[in-house]
Amino acid sequence: MTSEQWKRLAVLLVIWGGLIFAPYWMPLFGGYTALGSRVLVLGLGAMAVNFLLGFTGVLSFGHAAWFGLGAYGCGLALKFVALSTPLGLLAGTLVGGIAGAILGALLVRRRGIYFAMVTIAFGQVFYYIAFQWSSLTGGDDGLRGFARQPLDFKLFRIDLLHNDVYFYYFVLICFAAVVAIMAFVLRSPFGRTMIAIRENQRRARFLGIPIELHIWIAFTLSCFFMAFAGALYALVNNFADPRMLHYSLSGDFVIMAVMGGMRAFWGPLLGAVIFVVLQDYISSVTVNWMSFIGILIVLIVMFFPRGVLGLLRQRSTA
Amino acid sequence: MSVLEVSNLSKRFGSLVAVRDISLTVENGELRAVIGPNGAGKTTFFNLLSGFFAPSAGSIAFDGRDITGVPAHRRVGLGMARTFQITEIFPELTVFENIRIATEVAADYRLRPWLNRAEAADLRRRIEETLALVALSGKTDRLVGELAHGDQRAAEIAMALALKPRLLLLDEPTAGMGDQETYEITQLIRRLHKDGKLTIVLIEHDMRVVFHLADRITVLDQGSFLAEGTPREIAANEAVQSAYLGKAA
Repeated sequence: MTSEQWKRLAVLLVIWGGLIFAPYWMPLFGGYTALGSRVLVLGLGAMAVNFLLGFTGVLSFGHAAWFGLGAYGCGLALKFVALSTPLGLLAGTLVGGIAGAILGALLVRRRGIYFAMVTIAFGQVFYYIAFQWSSLTGGDDGLRGFARQPLDFKLFRIDLLHNDVYFYYFVLICFAAVVAIMAFVLRSPFGRTMIAIRENQRRARFLGIPIELHIWIAFTLSCFFMAFAGALYALVNNFADPRMLHYSLSGDFVIMAVMGGMRAFWGPLLGAVIFVVLQDYISSVTVNWMSFIGILIVLIVMFFPRGVLGLLRQRSTA
Repeated sequence: MSVLEVSNLSKRFGSLVAVRDISLTVENGELRAVIGPNGAGKTTFFNLLSGFFAPSAGSIAFDGRDITGVPAHRRVGLGMARTFQITEIFPELTVFENIRIATEVAADYRLRPWLNRAEAADLRRRIEETLALVALSGKTDRLVGELAHGDQRAAEIAMALALKPRLLLLDEPTAGMGDQETYEITQLIRRLHKDGKLTIVLIEHDMRVVFHLADRITVLDQGSFLAEGTPREIAANEAVQSAYLGKAA
């Protein structure tokens, strides 16, 4: 193996080692397992946003819509359809993903800032529906009255509700599966057309790539990933809330991706770690925790435009 | 049979007529140069041919098939590849990756989730062939954006060649190049034309290049057709001389 491949292997070992042993090392630094689950789920959401932003060059500012639809889909399925955790995940993923696919078809002809504006508008439509339709969604109070169910394997049951560590590993397995799909897509010929569109749309078109179709496929995949993350988030909290659809959460995901590094596959996960941990620690001290995140993001964008992981990479090659 | 048949093509932008009623026919295996003073409508004409935008009037037939309303990316699929006056490449990717994307699209792999071993090996062989054709074999792992201008141009032409075109449209291939680079690109185009039997239409300002390469020359002036003929005929044409030198001369 070349030194480049060794380096990559080392990075993967550090990331997966860190994630797998998180319930054991996090308490040493004052963390707790439920925080780890939150980081994973929000990190997955940020990676889903970045699948589009960092690898297709398309900025969606309304991705919380698919995240929130995933959460409501999961919660409603658990509450009204059947007491099954996998079913809830499936329902949430389908609701958010299919909604994203349909609206994405209306979006793909827009470019740049216009695309971002329309995504915000669509996202807010779902926010107000969830806010107003109290009889189904619980309105402003959010959707309650459901909880994650044990995984039943006939021979044994795994209690996800009361055992935080079991639940963390359940989330980690889900996270790993989706991240593996993302990596697989990005390494495929289709994934390379996404990079081509990011790098130079005109060139991509005049290589014979129908770029609207390819952006739509990338957008739809990203929405399914996002909806899955949202469905998991409903399980993390046993709760779904209109704010999960709100554009400010969309902004949070973009901030995580930019902080961590858009061009790096793992960047958004690192961004989510920084974001969620800072939120957790600082919000216990002051309600103005967002201003600290704001200062940090300004510093990062000004001094390390490639994000924290981009900076670490530069150091390691220099 | 003619590869390209353009009939009465016009393009208006508001009140400006950028291209007015141009007709031309390019035969199989021909190398046609399109020349004209600045503002003659050459690049607009190219953009109409490649489907960058739709004409206001007239029609374009490619290999006997009307393609006037066919979108740009499908024209590429039919065998029409182009380069741009200002090089359009993927600057942050390596030479290999640039050519790989073009080759994969040409092989109709663009929606594929994976390639099997045989397909991947075949693809690699085709990429290496294309790179050898433009003498970039030694620079496969370099970022295209870091190459010298001439090599970036060669990479762009290589991407067009990877598409296995029936017709290659080159928009000022030697723009901004020194003598040595101009010479090398000219030799490359000549090889593609003579050895590769490729039909080529090119826009060019450098008259040495035009007269060295072209089978026939079409001259445009202020959006309109001015003259067409062999290089010898065009050199002797008084209307062309006055268009280039100014009406007063």
